[in-house]
Parts: sequence; C-alpha cells; structure tokens
Amino acid sequence: MSIISLRGIEKYYGDYHALKGIECEIAEGEFFSLLGPSGCGKTTLLRVIAGFEDVSGGTVVIGGQDMAGVPANKRPTNMVFQSYAIFPHLSVAENVGYGLRRARLSAADMSAKVDDALKMVGLEGFGARASHALSGGQRQRVALARALILEPKVLLLDEPLSALDKKMREQMQSELRRLQRQVGITFILVTHDQEEALIMSDRIAVMFEGEIAQLASPQELYRRPATRRVGEFIGVMNFLDARQIDIGSDEVRFAVEGLGDINIRVKNLPKGARSFAPVVGLRPEALSINYEANAKSAVPGKIVDLSYYGDMTYYEVLLDGTSQPVTISMKNLTSRPILERGSETRVTWDEGSLVVFAN
Amino acid sequence: MKGGWLRVYAIVYLVFLYLPVLLLPMFAFNQGTVIAFPLKGFTTEWFVQLAGIQALHGALLNSVFVAFVTASLSVIFGICAARASTRFRFPYKGTIMGVIMVPLVLPEIIVAVSLLVVMVQVLDLPLSAWTVIAGHTLICTPFAIAILTSSFQGLDQSLEEAAVDLGETRWGAFKNIILPLVSPGIVASFLICFTISLDEFIIAFFLTGAEPTLPVYIWSQLRFPTKIPAVMALGTLMLVASLIILSVAEFYRRRGVARVGGKDSGGFL
Amino acid sequence: MVSPTAVYVLLLLAAPLAAVVTFSFWTQDFLTIDRSFTLANYVEAFSDPLYRVLMVRSLVISGIVTVVTVVLAFPIAYFVSFYVPPERKALWIFLITIPFWTSYLLRVFLWKVILGFNGVLNSGLLSLGVIDEPITFILYNANAVVITLAHAFAPFTILPIYVALEKIDRSLLEASRDLGESRVTTFFRVTLPLAMPGVVAATLIVFIPTIGDYVTPRLVGGPNGLMIANMIQTQFLKLNNAPMGATLAVLAMFAVTAISLVFVLFNRRYLR
Repeated sequence: MSIISLRGIEKYYGDYHALKGIECEIAEGEFFSLLGPSGCGKTTLLRVIAGFEDVSGGTVVIGGQDMAGVPANKRPTNMVFQSYAIFPHLSVAENVGYGLRRARLSAADMSAKVDDALKMVGLEGFGARASHALSGGQRQRVALARALILEPKVLLLDEPLSALDKKMREQMQSELRRLQRQVGITFILVTHDQEEALIMSDRIAVMFEGEIAQLASPQELYRRPATRRVGEFIGVMNFLDARQIDIGSDEVRFAVEGLGDINIRVKNLPKGARSFAPVVGLRPEALSINYEANAKSAVPGKIVDLSYYGDMTYYEVLLDGTSQPVTISMKNLTSRPILERGSETRVTWDEGSLVVFAN
Repeated sequence: MKGGWLRVYAIVYLVFLYLPVLLLPMFAFNQGTVIAFPLKGFTTEWFVQLAGIQALHGALLNSVFVAFVTASLSVIFGICAARASTRFRFPYKGTIMGVIMVPLVLPEIIVAVSLLVVMVQVLDLPLSAWTVIAGHTLICTPFAIAILTSSFQGLDQSLEEAAVDLGETRWGAFKNIILPLVSPGIVASFLICFTISLDEFIIAFFLTGAEPTLPVYIWSQLRFPTKIPAVMALGTLMLVASLIILSVAEFYRRRGVARVGGKDSGGFL
Repeated sequence: MVSPTAVYVLLLLAAPLAAVVTFSFWTQDFLTIDRSFTLANYVEAFSDPLYRVLMVRSLVISGIVTVVTVVLAFPIAYFVSFYVPPERKALWIFLITIPFWTSYLLRVFLWKVILGFNGVLNSGLLSLGVIDEPITFILYNANAVVITLAHAFAPFTILPIYVALEKIDRSLLEASRDLGESRVTTFFRVTLPLAMPGVVAATLIVFIPTIGDYVTPRLVGGPNGLMIANMIQTQFLKLNNAPMGATLAVLAMFAVTAISLVFVLFNRRYLR
C-alpha cells in the first residue's frame, strides 16, 4: 500500500517550470531516494511533500489523505534539514523534545521519550549539552532524533549527509539504513550522490529537469538504465554507436561499432519499445581484457591509459575502428599482470549486459 | 613588536581621540570656575550642584522619555524592515531599502529643517516631545535596521521551517525560535537608538517645544561661563551612563553571536 | 512587512523634503508667506556674496575635513586589521569608539577648551618652552573646525575602512608577493584597490553630514568659520525667513549630492 501518492505535481516559480507533472507512489516502510543533479527539482519535490512549497497543480496524498490546504505543521511528515536546523538557543534535550510540546506530556514521560530518542541515535547522555557545541555528526543525530520522536508517517531527509566528511558519511549511511529498518517508517532521501542512493535505497527516482527519468530499484537502475542520461548519471557507462540490422522472434541483431554484430535477446530489450536509440551502453565490468590469445569473440584494441586502484585496474582501451576509448574494469588477480600503456590487447564482452535504449 | 611605526602612530591617534574625553572628568572635579589650566584642586561641588537644578531634571526626564519612545519605535520598524529584507523578496526591494537608509547619510540639519517646515508651516502642529521623537525615529531606524539585519541574516532559514515541521504555526515559530535568537540584536539596537536619541542635538534644537531635551538644555548653558563646571559634571555622568549602556549592548550582541554559534567579528557599526 | 517602515520614512522624510523644495520657491514677508512660484530666493542665493561665501566655504571645509579624516584614519584601520592579533581586534575597535559616546556638544566644547588662548594646548606648549606666547591661529577659524570635525568623524571613517580591509583574503597579498611585488607595491596594487569600497564609504559618511554641521562652526569657528548650516538655522529661527532657509537647504543638498555622485562615479571601478 502506498503511503504517499504524488499525482501530476506541477510547480512553477514565475516562468520557471520546476516540477513537470510528477507521478509517483511511495510504499509504506520503504527507503525511497530522490536522486538527481542540483536544480533537477528533487529538493522542491521534498518540500512539496513537507508542505513548505505550494503546488501549482496536482495532488499530494499522504496516508490516504489529500494534503491540499494542510500546512506543514499539520502534516504527518517530519524533516531532517540539510543544515540540520538545530535550534542554537536550546539544549540537545530541548531540541529533541521540541515537537512534543503540543502532546502535553508529563515532565517524566517527556524526558523518558527524549532519552529513548537520544538512545536510538546513539547520543545517550547528551541531553544537557548546549547544541552549538556539537560536531557535525552529532548535530545530524539530534536532527534525526528530533524528527523521529514524533513518530511521523514519513521522514524526509534533505541531503542530510552532504555536510559530513567522507568517513563520517559512510558511517551515517549504514546507520541511517539500520535506523530505518528498526523504526519501519518510510524514509524519503534527497541526494545528488548516486553512490549514496544505490547503497541506501529500496527504490530510487532519478530526476532531471523537473521530471522523473526513471523509478526503479538500485540494481535495475544500474543494470537497465532507461535512458542514456540515467546510465551516464549512475556509475560509469561506455557508449558505442549501434545500428539495428535484423529482427528475429526472440533476438534482435545490432551492428555495434568496434565490437561487430551482436544478437540481443528480446527480454533484455526495453519493454514496449518500437525502435531503439542508435547507441548501446556497456558498464566497465561488462567488458574484459582477454588474457588468452585464442578467444573466439575478442576484438583488438590498444590501451591508451590506465588507473590502478589496488583491488581493481581501470583501463582506457581504444577499440579498432572507434574514436573514443572505452573504460574496462578488471579485478587484480595475481594471475593477471597489469598491462602497460600503449600495449595491444584483445577485448571480450558479456552479451547479456549490453544495454539498449528505447528511442 | 610588529608594525613599529604604525603602532606608535596608533597610540598617538588614540591620545588625540581621548584628549577631550579625559578633560571632561578633569574639569568636572576641578575647583576653579574657569575651564582652563592650571587646575585648582579637587571638588565634588559641581556634582552636588546638579542635584538642585530643576530645569536640568525636567530636561533629563524629557530626554529619557524621547529616547525611550524613539528606541521602541525604531526597533519595531527595524524588525519589520530587517525581517522583510532578509527573508522575503518583493518588487523594488533595493529601492525601498535604500530610501529607508537615506537618513543615515542625509545632513541632520536637512532632516531637522524639513520636519520643521512640515510640522509648523504645513501641519501647524505645536512643537513638543513628539515632534522630536518623530525626527529621532527617522534617523535611528537605519541604525536599528543595520544591527537587526545582521542578526536576522545570521539565522539559518530552515530553523523556522524546522519549527513549523515540528508542529508550530508560523507565528509560533517566529515567537519561539526567531525572536529569542534575535533578541540580543533587539536589545543592542534598542540601546544604541536610545543613546543616539539621548545625545542628538540639531534635530531636537529645531523641533523641541517648551520642554528642551538634555542636549538642548546643555547648549543653553554653554553660553554662561559660571554654569560650565556643572555642565562638565553632567557630561561626566552622561559618559558613565553611556558606557554602561553600551557595555550592556555589547554584552548582548556577543551573547547573540555566541548563541547562533557564530564567530565574533568586531564591535558595533 | 517592510511597509510600516517604508510608510514612516515616506511620510517623515520624502514628504518633508518635498515640502522644503516647495517652500524654496515661495517667499516670506515677516509672518505671511507668499505662495506664488518664484525663483527669487535662488537668484538671491547666487547673487548675494554672503550666501556664496558661506556655501563655498562649507564645501571647502567639508572637503578638507574629509581628506584629513580619511588620511588620518586609514593607517589606524590598517594597523588594527593587519597588525593587531585577532583576539584583540574587538578591544581596539571598542577603544576607538568609546570617546564618541561622550555628549557631542561637550566634545566640541572641550576642543574649544583645548585649542583656546589659555587652553590645554597653549599652556602645554608654553610650559614645554616650544612657544613663547600663545598661538591663536587654531581657534575661532576654519582650522579649528577642521580639527574638531576630524575628531568627531574618526570612528565613522575607521570602521568602514577596517571592515573593507578585514574582507581582504590574506592569501591575495601572499600571491602578490609570490609574483614578485614588494610589500609597498603590493599595498598599492592589491590592498588599496580592494580597500577602496571602504574608503569611498568613509569619504561619503564624512563629507555629507559635515556640510550640515551646526554645532562645531558655531562653537569653535568664529565669524570666519561659520558654515551654511548656521545660516539655515538663522533664516529659520532668527529671521523667520523659512523660504530662504529652505532654498539654502535645497542648494546645500544638491551640492552635496552632486559632488558625492561625481566622487562615486570616479571610483566606480572599485565598487563593482
């Protein structure tokens, strides 16, 4: 059952069309991410859900109730702000208990709830601290506790990890994920970091220019990006010019630049597409350097550059008959020598990983 | 020591700045009736004398009243303008804010003369403490706006949204979050406006009615050499009062900076 | 939300200014005001040497005061910004502003005491044997006005320059040194141009109000140190000739505005 339904959401700022008919269902208890470059409308959409922005058209339904005319303070959502918005004049406990004022709890109940919330985010015993003396990670936890204590139907997170350093960010990623499973509340995360979205989410909506380009699970987004742009935005993808030359009953034949003719099974083609884009995509791990000289379907190429990552090596290989090198990732095994720049090599590919885009 | 000659210059300059201020208490406690060197000996007679001057007490009360009302009005106008300019976008914002700040750079005599013309010649109002308040509010408001704008600007906009998100109404968020956070700025701007109004002479000189403000009273006394030692004593007391008020204002301003977790970047103005 | 403030300012500033301009085109004969439009006041203001002298003198004195104040203040701002350790900067700024919370009237009056015939300066210099008889060229003339006003406006010049200097990214100065400039040439090629917004602000903050100063010329200026504000006051409160006073006020305002605009125009490349 969906906890949030967004139906035809439109948002204009003057002439600027920020959200273009967003349609989306978010399920109860899922970790949902809005992913996209800055200016794509993801934060605007989050603020529409929270009630901080009015819509120019469309409906927001939360928990079966139309949110039209319901102000932010009356919505069953709570938000973790990008800047955390910790009230600097209040202590940690006062911050966490801020939203409980309306609940008219006894002092004892109140402090018990605050303590529980602090414990949940790993800040036991921090209640009396002045909030401006906290570190970035601690502020983040206070913001989480403050929002979760109200037991919202949906927790909204606006780029909550962008202000943290790399190490702290990775730690908070897994902690947020754990917390979400523990409380079972729907989380909606806004992020521009595709890696973060892949790691944390059950489903991801990729947004460009006010539209959802693709809404899918992380695996599907990575394996089967719907458009070239989504493929480019998530991870690394090589693109090779391709031409459709024959259609069979269960296979379609493509002539791919640098690789030759390739048959692709119908189940690997985008559903319902009538024609295909003149380009196919290949992830770096779908291509491999061929170490045995006698492989059948290998094509020749030249290594123009390489980056050594310890566990992996990324080769830039210019396939014969092409003008742009492709990126190939190889796991570094002791049996595999690291090839040198300028050496000739042969490249094989995994047909099932070839991505065809609808036109 | 770094900055050798500059440091020497800075100290000489400070002497220049403090020269008149140091003379003030010197003559206030001087036995001689003539304000000149050499000094004659220590006395507190002039301070005692102050207690007996009825006109002075009237002027003082009048000035405090004017300063209090002026500061209150300026702070209210300042809050409106500072919040509007930091939080909202509206048409002709730059122009409107510019016009509001104009009294800051207008020669005070122009402000005084124009208000005089309107009050007396156009509206035919009697001059009173209220006409002085009108003028003082005009010149104090830009100061209040300047101080309050920096208070409002330091605020993270999402603080207010966070409060609303946690269940507050717009007004509740303003009252419980924004006002406490800018209160140091409010106190500081109130005190600054109070002090400016208390010390302002030209506008008061033009617009005051039968009851003079303190500076207007002092001006009238400066013509009589025998009254001057008492004026010096009065000036000394006013300086002490100003310093206390300013220290309080500075204390609040710093607390405000510390409160929003900012870094202190210097004093007033 | 801005509206109450804007309305107040419009009501108490724009309207009165308009009234003053209107008045300047009227005339007054003792207590009755003749409301027919006339340029007579302006003709008189330009033809009567008294007004002309006062106006020119006011502008000249304001100009000199501005230059003196800014030139004296710059090194202080520079010193506090560049040589005072960060934790003591606030203290220095506080020290600089304290004297200005003494009553303005009394400060001016005390300058009269300092500069006077048996004043502090003369008795000091006499006892030191620097001079044989009291010097008189520093009281009741334009010099006294300049000294007093340079003192009165000191913090208003130091603060904007200081703020502008504080904003300069110190690595710019290191970059300049790295690219081969000496300390002195770095100052002129990097520091000073970047500090110009502060200098321009300081200049205007001194120049504009100085024109309208009444107290200083009256107390320490003597007959040859009087300025236009004194005449405006005389016209309004003594001669009961409000239209003439209004005319002089309008002229003073225009002169200041024009000069300020020209000044800003010449420096606009620093202001972005």
